[in-house]
Amino acid sequence: MMLHGLFMPLVAPGTPAVPLSDVISAPQLSWAGLILLLPLVSLVLCGLCAAFRVRSKLPAVITSAALAGAFVTSVMLYFSYEPPGEVVHLFDWINVSWGSGAIESFSANFSLYIDSLSLLWIMFVTGLGTLITIYASEYMEPDLGKGYSRFFAGVSVFLFAMASLVLSDNLLMLYLGWEGVGFASYWLIGYYYQRPAAVAAAKKAFIVNRIGDIGLALAIYLIWVTFGTVQYDELTTVLQQENWRESFEGWTTSAIPFLLMLAAFGKSAQLPLYVWLPDAMEGPTPVSALIHAATMVTAGIYLVARTYPLFLLEPVSLQVVAWVGGLTALLAATIGMAQYDIKRIMAYSTVSQLGYMFLGLGVLTTYGAAYHVFTHAFFKALLFLTCGAIMHGFAGQLDLRKISGLRHLPGWRITAWTMFIGALCLAGFPLTSGYLSKDVILAETFVTQGPGFRILGWLAIVTAGLTAYYTFRVWFRVCAGPVAFEAGDEYHGDEDHGHTGGFHPHAPRFVINTVLIILAVGALMAALPYFMSNQADERLVGGWVADMVHDSTARQGIPGFHPDDVGHADAGHSTAHGHDDSHAHALILGMDPHIAMYWISGTVGMIGLFFAAWLHLWKRDHADALRRWMLSKLWLGWLPRAMERKWYVDEFYHALIRSPLWILGHIFYAFDRFIIDGIFVDGVARIPRGVARWLQPLQAGAVQSLAVVMAGGAMIILLLMALFMQFGWPGGTA
Amino acid sequence: MMCLLASAMGSVSLAHALLLSGVLMSIGLAGFVSRRNLIVMFLCTELMFQAVVVAMVAFGRWYWDFSGQVFVIFILTVAAAEAALALALVVLLHRRRATLDADAWTELRE
Repeated sequence: MMLHGLFMPLVAPGTPAVPLSDVISAPQLSWAGLILLLPLVSLVLCGLCAAFRVRSKLPAVITSAALAGAFVTSVMLYFSYEPPGEVVHLFDWINVSWGSGAIESFSANFSLYIDSLSLLWIMFVTGLGTLITIYASEYMEPDLGKGYSRFFAGVSVFLFAMASLVLSDNLLMLYLGWEGVGFASYWLIGYYYQRPAAVAAAKKAFIVNRIGDIGLALAIYLIWVTFGTVQYDELTTVLQQENWRESFEGWTTSAIPFLLMLAAFGKSAQLPLYVWLPDAMEGPTPVSALIHAATMVTAGIYLVARTYPLFLLEPVSLQVVAWVGGLTALLAATIGMAQYDIKRIMAYSTVSQLGYMFLGLGVLTTYGAAYHVFTHAFFKALLFLTCGAIMHGFAGQLDLRKISGLRHLPGWRITAWTMFIGALCLAGFPLTSGYLSKDVILAETFVTQGPGFRILGWLAIVTAGLTAYYTFRVWFRVCAGPVAFEAGDEYHGDEDHGHTGGFHPHAPRFVINTVLIILAVGALMAALPYFMSNQADERLVGGWVADMVHDSTARQGIPGFHPDDVGHADAGHSTAHGHDDSHAHALILGMDPHIAMYWISGTVGMIGLFFAAWLHLWKRDHADALRRWMLSKLWLGWLPRAMERKWYVDEFYHALIRSPLWILGHIFYAFDRFIIDGIFVDGVARIPRGVARWLQPLQAGAVQSLAVVMAGGAMIILLLMALFMQFGWPGGTA
Repeated sequence: MMCLLASAMGSVSLAHALLLSGVLMSIGLAGFVSRRNLIVMFLCTELMFQAVVVAMVAFGRWYWDFSGQVFVIFILTVAAAEAALALALVVLLHRRRATLDADAWTELRE
């Protein structure tokens, strides 16, 4: 509580501008259930295709149609819902009560919570899902008749789970979707199940995600115990009561955000748990683009934004989110600088950009985080799909040292230039979408007061420079320069790519090119919402996306929004002591951070771009010379080595977690083998055998001798009876 | 002596029947114990059965109670079933070792 004065972003109790509890039941919108139903139908049909061994592109057609239908439904929903939010009840799922007390009922139904946040998410999820499925229909061609149906069934599962995650009106259904996307991710990373690396990566993703899921499960339980409900609308109602703070002081309100954070860090690949995402690139590239770059990994951002009021109850939690996000962004960017596999570079850049989003959440700009999610979804999907096209065309070649000058190759111009657009956005080239969304976050880092947030802000700016460097390192190496290429080590089906001599890359065809162009246009257009005027509240900045966040549970994290304050952009960060510190805008270089950041991040981006051009376009031998020089110096040699080996994080986890577990496993095995099996199970079984061995000689097997003994015994008994009859029974009776 | 005398005199008493039963039982037991051939041993057990049957009939007659004779019918039935089983076992054992010697089946001893 001592931190409240320092960092107290809470809206004054009882004075919400938009009472979110006013969400109304909207049975007339029940057709929104189509968003969930269509992928499910597509899953069943893809399963049938697999069962009947369909050899055509039918599964791709089915899935694209279903997802396109879901996308159209989402857009129609956007135009027909009523702003604060609506609940569409589909059917009862869990609805029990065993008393009338506070936590003596539990209700988690299949209901959709339609507000602008979920609509923002579901629109880009289904939209990109449709595009990437169409792309995959060509990309997965070599697997026609083999894994084709399985792949699209996996995509359908993913879309169903993601839609239920995003649209659910309670945390339990969100959990269902959460586990569902984890399962779909496992399914699709392990798509090439003959490859041990893919199987290992799938297991790694699943296990690492389990750690986060424990957090989510515990958080849901604690939320139910503390607030008596897991439904968002009831939760916000509870939090808006006058006396909520008295009622809910306790360790649970402090623990809940940290548990939710653990879940979000697992799914969205943040610092302790990010290690699964780079390995997830073993899956087919459309999967990497859809699940592991654009949509699923943003589920953590969504979770935090959705449960933002709970984070605001414990201000320290948001500071932790900010720091973890900022450090992850920096760490992943440094790793990405030194990798050679272009998909892996993109994976690390995804981790890094997700770090930015968490930084945005932590510094109280859910709007910035959501906007960065939105723009990142477009340009990162685009970048991954261009990488996929290259990988596809060059027989699995992903090493940026082995492909060069792609833009001069016939048939590859569209790939090269769409990649250029994606790279510009990722690098934060001025006025591209990535530049605008990143700036919102960077500026807010300087505006919001928190422990070390200024250092964090400068770290994030350095990261922006590194991002520009590694992004254009890829583009200059692969797409620019003289034409040169080597085939990868992968054969696609029956096409005879030779390793030597007659290899010629096959350029992407119409479908892939179309999708790339649409996504490139989308990546550029994603900048537009920033310049649109706000409908929901004229005091807001940030355009359409800010509108979308404004009407949701995440609205308390919008810069410039405060119910009691008029006009000034930093009121959302005022302290609990009132709103007297509206002057508290920290200044950078004598300018307002929002303005200064346009110049700073633009300049830093250009510096990164310049270094990339120098080392990887104009003087490529300088890059090798620089690396050799650094390695030769004792005081500097560790840096490139550590970056290339990914800061030894995998090795560290291996030593810290895997090896002890391995040893423990063998100890348990020995215990089981020798103590449980050896002493208890086999030991007990040995007792009757030993006794039998001991008594066995009695069974002489000589039938006649047995008969003699028997007859003799009978005679003795008869004799005794005769004697007793004659002289009386012992004891005197008879 | 009295018994033999009574039989010589033409009247059959309970004692005669029981004596016959005892003799039959003794012959069967002696044969069972002394012979090695499985089939002969089996025949000896049948002989012991008949000893019991004779005793049953005799006691039934003595007590003027037909339960004894009813039991005899049961014993015959059971003996027939048992004979079928036992002969089948003997055939199987013969197939295993190609011998009817009871001493061939003593390996549990060691």
